[in-house]
Amino acid sequence: MLEFDDIQHFLIARPPALAARYEFLTFRHFEGARRWLAGIIGKVGSADIAGTSHLDSRWVTIAFTWSGLRALGVNEMSLSTFPEEFRQGMASRAGILGTVGANHPDHWVGSLNSPDLHAIVILFARDVAERERCRLEHQQYVLQCAGVEVLSSLDLEAIPPYESVREHFGYRDRLSQPVIEGTGAEPTPGSGPPIKAGEFFLGYPDEDGAPAKMPQPEILSRNGSYVAYIRLEEHVGAFREFLREHGETRDEQELMAAKLMGRWRSGAPLVLSPDKDYPELGVDPQRNNDFNFAAMDPHGYGCPLGAHIRRMNPRDTAVNMQRHKMIRRGGTYGPPLPEGAPDDGKERGIAAFIGCASLVRQFEFAMNVWANDPTFHELDNERDPIFGTQDGTFDMSIPNRPIRRKIKGLPAFTTVRGGAYFFLPGIKALRYLSTLPNVS
Amino acid sequence: MATASVPKNDTSNITAIASPGENDWTKPAAMAIPKEGYFTLENGRYGPTFPKTPACYGFSVVAKVKPGREQVVRDYGKNIEEAVKSDPTVLKPLKLHYLRWVLFDVGSGPHFMYQGIFDTDFDKYLEDAVALFIKTGITTVFVNLEGWPDDWKTNLTAVIKFFREHQCPSFLEYGEYPYVAADEIKKALKLKCAFSNMLDLMQ
Repeated sequence: MLEFDDIQHFLIARPPALAARYEFLTFRHFEGARRWLAGIIGKVGSADIAGTSHLDSRWVTIAFTWSGLRALGVNEMSLSTFPEEFRQGMASRAGILGTVGANHPDHWVGSLNSPDLHAIVILFARDVAERERCRLEHQQYVLQCAGVEVLSSLDLEAIPPYESVREHFGYRDRLSQPVIEGTGAEPTPGSGPPIKAGEFFLGYPDEDGAPAKMPQPEILSRNGSYVAYIRLEEHVGAFREFLREHGETRDEQELMAAKLMGRWRSGAPLVLSPDKDYPELGVDPQRNNDFNFAAMDPHGYGCPLGAHIRRMNPRDTAVNMQRHKMIRRGGTYGPPLPEGAPDDGKERGIAAFIGCASLVRQFEFAMNVWANDPTFHELDNERDPIFGTQDGTFDMSIPNRPIRRKIKGLPAFTTVRGGAYFFLPGIKALRYLSTLPNVS
Repeated sequence: MATASVPKNDTSNITAIASPGENDWTKPAAMAIPKEGYFTLENGRYGPTFPKTPACYGFSVVAKVKPGREQVVRDYGKNIEEAVKSDPTVLKPLKLHYLRWVLFDVGSGPHFMYQGIFDTDFDKYLEDAVALFIKTGITTVFVNLEGWPDDWKTNLTAVIKFFREHQCPSFLEYGEYPYVAADEIKKALKLKCAFSNMLDLMQ
């Protein structure tokens, strides 16, 4: 039985939000930090009240880096029980994650590669006006908490029209989300069975059986999760130019966009609709995820073997899929680039959180193996065309009869502009952290 | 005007066509490896990664058998034989070429060596491998080895640490047909079969 009253709602519920703001905080001393935390806990919603009117207008989440836990006064013995990858932080794991070259932490923005990054406050709001109201309220509140400073922030807004969620390249998003066992939600056809809660929340049985070993003390870790944050710039101008270079007609360009993703921009999967777009399929949750690869498209004639969705969710072409699932949250930032407009040089992209119980087994595996292994699926020299680390030296094979098409030197359509590992504590753990005794 | 021609017995062009990359499978190759097991330090998720060699990827895990458990370990070979017989794809996720299990005594008691040659960097698929070990009961062997963590059922990190600490990197590896993946070999044999069938049908 999930302790909904103790789990932050972030990974369980997704109330409708058109705007968001992430604030990255540093704690100069622990008294101020604890005072700030004690005063804001009441605004953090637990999973049992998600979806009520209280949360319909705004949605607050708090998480800490490992150095943030130390800054709050968690003792060294306890800190040492957190997993190594979390202790090191995302910036230190750059080589493993593939955040190299232009993606390297040296180029990150917002002080996200700094050990001074201690906490994040995530605000999702019904609209921009509510986001602004909350922003001002928090600004005033931080001023009252000496020793707490905002290192940087990021405002996010959904891309209109709002009937469906899209990112800047124009792809329909959030089509494949895991369902957690015990939440009462039903997976859509093709999404696989519900996943054991221990894959996302500490203290519960996972797909391997008994609950995994937890950081100590238990009150700090129980009902908590790890969250990897990534700020991913999308180079919309370069993406559209690539489509024009590789497709003479609009239809050919759309097909190329679909081959990179594995879905048409409408959301219709190539496995089910390989030759032409099928927007009605794209919007139908009962059908748009109901496919596999090994049985339905083994050679990749529909969805290329290295396409984004085939890498990030290999379905029946990988083993232990239930152990590699993650929950994604986040949104788009930056102004949309109007169709036909030249690139304006402004940063735009996706700022997303990946929630899981083990960063190394779930998130880092996906980055290291699925996104960036050049030999994934026996490919020769390829990485995820959308999400992988690209520098013009990798290729993309598009199986086709009688002979495949190979694009040499795929350009980078995205760049990681920042990232961090956070621990998302349960509500009781937040209270525990806010009342820690002073350390000498 | 002169035209290019290839002498009938000149195979250099065939070689070039067959192996355009730097990992030329037509040329047997050996690689001497530094003591650390790698040339340059590249960290994977669980520690240093080991390079692909002419003999592909692989590991040699060596651990001492707990006193009196040698026969239990030896007997388990039969279980694996049966498991593969009943499901020939049971070990497929490991992307293996070959496995060798050896028991030996160098004077300090029996030791177990688990040597595998496969096509993936072991660091990448460690969790999947451990899951497979549990599924096929290979862990029955490991619990009889010294150093195997008592909490292996709930502490994946400790299990992975065991493998890494007991891995003995090679200092020489050789491939008669270097760098070729098992899937490529199987594809080539399938093609041979297909051509053979085609020729039969042409009779």
